[in-house]
Amino acid sequence: MKQCDVLLAALALLIIWQITAMIVNLPILPQPFVVLLVFFRELRKDMLIHFAVSLWRVTAGMLLSVLIAAPAGLAIGGSKRLNRFFSPFIYLLYPIPKVVLVPVVILFLGIGDVAKIAILFLILFFQILVLVRDQASGLAPQLIQSLQSLGAGRRALFRFVYLPASLPAILTALRQSIGTAVAVLYITELSATKYGLGYYIYYKGSTLLDYPAMYAGVIAMSLLGLGMYFSVDWLERKWCKWKFVN
Amino acid sequence: MIQIRSISFAYSNLSPLFENFSLEISRGETWAILGPSGCGKTTLLYLLAGLRFPTVGSIEIDNERLARPRPHSGLILQDYGLLPWSTVRENVELGLRMRKFYGDDGTHAPVNFQPENSVTYWLERLGIDHVADKYPSQLSGGQRQRTAIARTLALEPDLLLMDEPFSSLDAVTREDLQNLTLSLCAEKQLTLVVVTHAIEEAVVLGKRILLLDGAPTHTAHVFENPTSGTDGHRESKGYQDLYNLLRREMQHETV
Repeated sequence: MKQCDVLLAALALLIIWQITAMIVNLPILPQPFVVLLVFFRELRKDMLIHFAVSLWRVTAGMLLSVLIAAPAGLAIGGSKRLNRFFSPFIYLLYPIPKVVLVPVVILFLGIGDVAKIAILFLILFFQILVLVRDQASGLAPQLIQSLQSLGAGRRALFRFVYLPASLPAILTALRQSIGTAVAVLYITELSATKYGLGYYIYYKGSTLLDYPAMYAGVIAMSLLGLGMYFSVDWLERKWCKWKFVN
Repeated sequence: MIQIRSISFAYSNLSPLFENFSLEISRGETWAILGPSGCGKTTLLYLLAGLRFPTVGSIEIDNERLARPRPHSGLILQDYGLLPWSTVRENVELGLRMRKFYGDDGTHAPVNFQPENSVTYWLERLGIDHVADKYPSQLSGGQRQRTAIARTLALEPDLLLMDEPFSSLDAVTREDLQNLTLSLCAEKQLTLVVVTHAIEEAVVLGKRILLLDGAPTHTAHVFENPTSGTDGHRESKGYQDLYNLLRREMQHETV
């Protein structure tokens, strides 16, 4: 996929938006250039703070889940005994849509950032755990054995095999869950907060009826998801060069 | 150098592969272990590598009972042995990096290990210096196997264990690598044990050939092949005769 193709696609979407807005001709669907003007105006006001708060919540949730789920996945995938013990639990818990736990988490952890980050963590944790576990347990036994024959013990296997092998799995899990994570972030920011893009969009649209500002918030939230998506892509190209050589 | 003393071995719930089996391998010898699949030849190699352990009896290398992979042994497998995320150079460096990682602890790495030759030397020696920055997926089968050999030899082992190392290669590349292996073993005075299911490969590589004919193996069935490694061996009458003899033996066993 070329960068100019992505830009062209973005331009095409803007044109479709423009045409639709002209046909519909209602205040609830302003034209894109109006929204863009408001977007830059709002950036200079308080939208940047809302953006930063949302970015902090989603990044904290992601980092926390990577830091906990990746080692757990490595440990479970690298040991037959642990895998046998934990697999039934993961099998049962993985398919539960974590977003339905939002009220439960709020009841337990209150209405602050901790609850919001915890929900994001729950969603990402299982994605990363399962992918990393499968990656680690799926490594060819010949690879492990030939490294053991070079002198590798448990620590060296972890450092030289399991860790680098799980890196693509972590990044894949992150990419797959960014969409869900941002969506859930929006839901958690609808209530019990005065900051974050979710709050901003809802407040501008439902309370102030400032539709261009609401759309500016939608753009900001899209950019947040897109930026994270691009970052993961960038990290993968940087850290997993071997995946792109053919 | 290697003493296999009355070992028995069976995988759990399966019938035994070895029962009261003994064998002695002297330093500098080149051995081929030949047999049909399922006869336990790879298992025997893993026992020698210290990756599996006999249920009864013991294996000693240099008078030390084998209880874990030995830092002076090198194991080369048919495939999958290279790290796909590392370049050829990084793969060849891997064993050395792991030794640095552990330090001279005597179990994972030998004490006072000072490599005689650099990684660059081994890349050149194995003819893979021009692909040093490529990843395994970009290499031919022969280049991959050369990388695995370079990685093992960079650790300067005294015992080289190979499991079907050339079976997925085309005939010309295979012959090339067989010759290279023999000349490297002679040059570095390595003891070589190669597992193969191909009679031709066994007769080319092994000065002594151990035929495993149907589990469980009790006694070592060894064939002498003194001209292996000499010029014109592949075309010689001795080669043909031994080839035919081994073929008859293997056919006889399968019937």
